[in-house]
Amino acid sequence: MRNIKIILVFAAVGFFIACGGGNQKPTSDTPAETPAAAPEKADAASYDPNRGEGKFNEQNVTLDPKLNVAMAEAGEKIVGVKCTSCHKMTEERLVGPGWKGVTQRKTPHWIMNFITNPDAMIDKDPELQAQLELCLVRMPNQSLADEEARNIVEFMRKNDGIK
Amino acid sequence: MKTNKITLVILTIVAIFATSCRPKNAGTAIKGDAANKSYVAPGQYDEYYNFVSGGFSGQMSVYGLPSGRLLRVIPVFSIDPEKGWGYSEETKPMLNTSHGFIPWDDAHHPELSQTNGEIDGKWCFINGNNTPRVARISLKTFRTEEIIELPNSAGNHSSPFITENTEYVVAGTRFSVPPDNANGDVPISSYKENFKGYISFISVGKEDGKMDIAFQIECPGVNFDLSHSGKGKSHGWSFFSCYNTEQANTLLEVNASQKDKDFIMAVNWKKAEEYLKAGKGKKIPAKYVSNTYSDITHSAKSEMRTEVTVLNAKELKDLCYFMPCPKSPHGCDVDPTGEYIVGSGKLAALVPVFSFDKMIKAIEAKDFAGDYDGIPVLKYESVLYGEVKKPGLGPLHTEFDDKGNAYTSFFVSSEVVKWNIKDLKVIDRVPTYYSVGHLCIPGGDTKKPSAKYLIAYNKITKDRYLPTGPELSQSAQLYDISGEKMQLILDFPTIGEPHYGQALPAEMIKNNQVKIFKIEENKNPYATKGEGESKVVREGNKVHVYMTAIRSHFAPDNIEGIKMGDEVFFHVTNLEQDWDVPHGFAVKGSNNAELLIMPGETQTLKWIPDRVGMIPIYCTDFCSALHQEMQGYVRVSPAGSKTPLTFSVGKQAPAEKPAQ
Repeated sequence: MRNIKIILVFAAVGFFIACGGGNQKPTSDTPAETPAAAPEKADAASYDPNRGEGKFNEQNVTLDPKLNVAMAEAGEKIVGVKCTSCHKMTEERLVGPGWKGVTQRKTPHWIMNFITNPDAMIDKDPELQAQLELCLVRMPNQSLADEEARNIVEFMRKNDGIK
Repeated sequence: MKTNKITLVILTIVAIFATSCRPKNAGTAIKGDAANKSYVAPGQYDEYYNFVSGGFSGQMSVYGLPSGRLLRVIPVFSIDPEKGWGYSEETKPMLNTSHGFIPWDDAHHPELSQTNGEIDGKWCFINGNNTPRVARISLKTFRTEEIIELPNSAGNHSSPFITENTEYVVAGTRFSVPPDNANGDVPISSYKENFKGYISFISVGKEDGKMDIAFQIECPGVNFDLSHSGKGKSHGWSFFSCYNTEQANTLLEVNASQKDKDFIMAVNWKKAEEYLKAGKGKKIPAKYVSNTYSDITHSAKSEMRTEVTVLNAKELKDLCYFMPCPKSPHGCDVDPTGEYIVGSGKLAALVPVFSFDKMIKAIEAKDFAGDYDGIPVLKYESVLYGEVKKPGLGPLHTEFDDKGNAYTSFFVSSEVVKWNIKDLKVIDRVPTYYSVGHLCIPGGDTKKPSAKYLIAYNKITKDRYLPTGPELSQSAQLYDISGEKMQLILDFPTIGEPHYGQALPAEMIKNNQVKIFKIEENKNPYATKGEGESKVVREGNKVHVYMTAIRSHFAPDNIEGIKMGDEVFFHVTNLEQDWDVPHGFAVKGSNNAELLIMPGETQTLKWIPDRVGMIPIYCTDFCSALHQEMQGYVRVSPAGSKTPLTFSVGKQAPAEKPAQ
């Protein structure tokens, strides 16, 4: 376990050097705490922009064509506490981009990876880096549990008109 | 250049001279590898946390060792505007006492909690000396969780020393006074008759650390100075040094220094428990507060207690014994085996070491020299293991290593002396700069010292740092004690007077740190869980603002309809759920401090507007690239004006038609 941590730290350090060093104050030790973030994934070159970086992928996140109403409702509650300060449900940008259409633009596992592991992904994802230049606020890590992230996706689907 | 050489020669001569007697100069050579031993590279962690008293600042500071870097100042007994401690509505009750709200105290001795006589990394206790209190600080949040006041006490100095499983925090009064329930309006000349010395045993909850005064013991009116509890074989006993057995009430520096010997009082607290069970404790009226802070409600409550159970040392046999100890003893320290009790007579030219086994034998044999105010006095020779002869001048405190050695500080001769407990021979001595008080070895008052470093906390710094006007930095010095000889490797400045400090290995607690408070678990009655719930509510002339903060805005950030005569309560909830993202909150012209709100926490600032106008509010803790934008306005109208109460966020008035 200690070895893995050391490798992760080196990998993270390597990345920082590669991208010219972040001037952001470190916000958390996310890399070491994200189990699915295998060391080789910390390299920007091997980053998969369709999947993102984190514990979710096509296999472990599947959607029913129909909306799960209970999950969407649970999601909406969390969204009210942790998300709507910065995001509108329309296409309009507030602090961060509006949510309308996000489930058409992005895969559910990418969304879940991003909202549970934002720091690592903002550092690597080209689209997120472009977004950061617009918003100038890094999306905060809101300490979402896996299930909460999944419920938020369900609410986003509802917001996009899935019934 | 020439002058340099001359200086060097002079310094060398001085150095040689210094080693032959007792050095008083600042220029003692530091050996070449000292820098390496104390250097911790940028980005690297220290090996130990050092919890150090903030002295008359009333706070506790935390340093990393061996670097001596200041990591945090924990507000305890004194208000701290930086953190809103004692200013926010939620924290004000922590500083409540039976005298009302007190913004300050004089903190002395940090003491880490123990299990089986070893540091367990749960809590650190510290005493408030002036208005007698004991505080408990969580080592997960590095915040003060609890403060309990001590009745019948004054000058809570011999405190807070714990028993080996933290069953009790022990506290003794330095200034004897008439008990709170007795008439204190008595002539000062009646000291001997009316003044009593109370010893408190504060029980500590095993899981939650909750403190309660289990019992107090009424003892003769002397000055209880310091204490340590027994361990191993002496577990069940606590030892208190006492001076002013002359019972003087004026010019104590002369009048309390008359007797050749004062005492170390041994208290059999297991016996006290038996007496309590047998109903021998008397419940007497008393007024003292118990203040607790909850990380769930994010607020404190202060409860008044009205009664305390007291055992009388004179009436109850076998509870307390006096061991004669030369000349106004200060430190009272028990070695890791629990067998040896070292008394440090401030004015003595030797250091006596008492034997616990001999003390028990003497008690069994009733080997008494007489009694003092009804308490048996054991014969000095019967309890003495031996004396360290000619150790230095002005012995104060002793800590221990894991190899059978003791380290005693000498205030008058400014030095640390290492000596062997068994043969009582001095092994090494090193100078301190200057006038050392307490010493700290990590675990140095426990069964298992981790004796790599020793820290000396000094009373005087004089020429050690760049001068800063009449008031100079307080100071500590770090010694490497891993070898036979002690080696000075670092000076570092401290806040307040450092008094005592304790240290533990960083590994023990660094991974247990609370990073955020879960917003779901926030039970503050004024919490705002999500921007959608933010609101402003008027209740008569009280206005409650339910506000949220997240990078980088407040909601609401525009409030109108506040009137002169209103009391406004800003209940600010930080919606962030990531580590190291506090938000600050300040109001122009507020006769109060700022709030500093941790992720997931709610804190309240009370504001009474003093003038009509537009009052800006803003975030004080740089939180993001748009931190400078994190601001808002509160409109204050005259009393009785018809401005409706409105609040909003994100509503921009059209430029051509300004808002009413």
